[in-house]
Amino acid sequence: MKTSTPQNEKSSPVADADLSRANSSIALDHEEHHAPKGLARWVFSTNHKDIGTLYLWFSFIMFLTGGAMAMIIRAELFQPGLQLVEPHFFNQMTTVHGLIMVFGAVMPAFTGLANWMIPMMIGAPDMALPRMNNLSFWILPFAFAILIASLFTEGGGPDFGWTFYAPLSTTYGPDSTALFVFSVHIMGISSIMGAINVIVTIVNMRAPGMTWFKMPMFVWTWLITAFLLIAVMPVLAGAVTMVLTDKYFGTSFFDAAGGGDPVMFQHIFWFFGHPEVYIMILPSFGIISAIIPAFSGKKLFGYHSMVYATCSIALLSFLVWAHHMFTTGMPVFAELFFMYCTMLIAVPTGVKVFNWVATMWRGAMTFETPMLFAIAFIVLFTIGGFSGLMLAIVPADFQYHDTYFVVAHFHYVLVSGAVFSIMAAAYYWLPKWTGHMYDQRLSLWHFWCSIISVNVLFFPMHFLGLAGMPRRIPDYAIQFADVNQIVSIGGFAFGLSQLIFLWLVIKCIRGGEKVGAKPWQRAEGLEWTVPSPAPHHTFSTPPKVD
Amino acid sequence: MESRDPKQGSQESLNDQDNLGKKANRKLTLKLVAATIAMFGFGFALVPIYDIMCDALGINGKTSSVAVEQPIALEPDTSRSIRVEFIAHPNPHMSWDFSPKVASMDVHPGEVIQTAYWAFNRAERTIIGQAVPSVSPGLGASYFNKVECFCFNKQPLEGQSHAEMPLIFYIERDIPESIHTLTLSYTLYDITDTVAKPDATAQVQMVTQSNQLQGATP
Repeated sequence: MKTSTPQNEKSSPVADADLSRANSSIALDHEEHHAPKGLARWVFSTNHKDIGTLYLWFSFIMFLTGGAMAMIIRAELFQPGLQLVEPHFFNQMTTVHGLIMVFGAVMPAFTGLANWMIPMMIGAPDMALPRMNNLSFWILPFAFAILIASLFTEGGGPDFGWTFYAPLSTTYGPDSTALFVFSVHIMGISSIMGAINVIVTIVNMRAPGMTWFKMPMFVWTWLITAFLLIAVMPVLAGAVTMVLTDKYFGTSFFDAAGGGDPVMFQHIFWFFGHPEVYIMILPSFGIISAIIPAFSGKKLFGYHSMVYATCSIALLSFLVWAHHMFTTGMPVFAELFFMYCTMLIAVPTGVKVFNWVATMWRGAMTFETPMLFAIAFIVLFTIGGFSGLMLAIVPADFQYHDTYFVVAHFHYVLVSGAVFSIMAAAYYWLPKWTGHMYDQRLSLWHFWCSIISVNVLFFPMHFLGLAGMPRRIPDYAIQFADVNQIVSIGGFAFGLSQLIFLWLVIKCIRGGEKVGAKPWQRAEGLEWTVPSPAPHHTFSTPPKVD
Repeated sequence: MESRDPKQGSQESLNDQDNLGKKANRKLTLKLVAATIAMFGFGFALVPIYDIMCDALGINGKTSSVAVEQPIALEPDTSRSIRVEFIAHPNPHMSWDFSPKVASMDVHPGEVIQTAYWAFNRAERTIIGQAVPSVSPGLGASYFNKVECFCFNKQPLEGQSHAEMPLIFYIERDIPESIHTLTLSYTLYDITDTVAKPDATAQVQMVTQSNQLQGATP
């Protein structure tokens, strides 16, 4: 095992703690002279912690908004037949739920965590480009205001699924499609600016001695995620632009009558779309790699292999896009190529899961809430990974395609995967952010309600899909009624459980048991050397890492 | 693009470091912005790349959009025959009735076949149609050669009139053994609005003339 490098890293920050704490308090004095108060503090902020907080709150509001739409979907699907909403409105709900959760909840949450934690983890005073940081956050609310406003236009909002396949979004799209296109443009610009900021910060602003292979896994995974963002978000921008010109300016990128091809849309979209799913999971891997060692009392097993596994997942993600399109009539050799490439991704992902389990193996494990969420992540994400492998098998995919099996699969990896990792991160770093320990009893309620309801919600969807229930349809055959009711009850329970979390976070900000610089005794990393709550400016003088 | 609060750089050396850092940040930022723009361009480059790849690998079921020379003295391979199915899809916005003259036929590879599609314009005005062909299975498309096809040209049709639109094709002899059936599908689009009118009248006559053409369909 090559654990020697990370070991060196771990010893230094503790020794350095006093120095940096002293510096932080000096910075705190400075800050009181010039920091604006009230609303202006947030609107004009160039401070990475303030912007991180803004991102996280925005993401949580979007999570609840998108969740409310999911509640409408599940309420309609509680019984067969049409009860509550028109099919057209149902389509808008599935579409906007997807868009909000992907671009409004998961991605900004990760960017928020990156803003808060990356400078503190690498010993930098702030992000490299603080003004761009401000801009990249503040355009986001406008993007989502436009998207949500489009729901209230005549003819309704986007109703073609978050994947906006042509010709659904071109020939058959609602009049408000231009609003959808512009909001996606703004979301894209925001995340590209965020990604540039992360890369420049990590490359140029690491503390002396913080070599590449001493960086925490969260920093590594975010660095790779940022490169993925820069590679594929512009392609998404291109795809929506083509939809815009096809719909409004008479081009024929996706229109067969003019020499275009609607199948090409799917190729371009999934060239973006598949790396996108890794954008939504790689930072999770970093979070879990920070939490598991902290509550197992051991170093992360196989640090180097973790880094290489992350890189290979990122590279492979560009070679598998067509596994979303097996039923479009691809030639057999292409189907086989994409099937094997997809299955290959299971290898580096397996390395990661193995390393987490090996870290826990014979460790002195404790089960604080971040650890509970992290363990839940490993188990449930792996279930989602396995159903992904099933979907990768071409002949099986012909049966599973566009059924609830697919819905079950991506909700396992995105809700009990990405979202659970964000919850784990929030519990892990809340004491650092607020200076207070969260209400542990409430957190256990949140965890157990979430983990039970998330499985009641998503596990039966596998069976619905195998039995042939199509996704994105407001009505279903009567034999699916019982299972759909169970799923809907799980959905309502999961939605309500998140309100416990909201209450817990507010309570934690307003008060609670005071914590020291290092509330988790065995946690490691530079962020635990600064006081809690982390002062406005940290590491004004870079710490020395050796 | 300040990386730090100016008030904190009280020492000269720190200021120098700050400037160096800013320069490095700007350089890297510009590189990344350039990469972003390049990837935006790549998104659009995917469009021609897609066409070239489909063409080179023959994987999209797109048949050639130009006529091939009618082969002289091509010996049909009578040892095997391939079922050719004809399908017609008028686009939902198209007010034509559109159907193949025969639904399917058995064809020897190498045999030159003439058949036709039949169209009727239900509207009162002249409508120009454009047929877009597609062959399934996609890998069979490159073995399907059209000597003459109504899909090569725009098809104007006067209101309330009908036309028989000819198609002459042969299947190459070296078509893989695994292909037993080829389905030829035409989707018909209304392109009246995008085509200039005077040009249309000239072509109406062409089509009317070609209607005289009576083909012997086996």
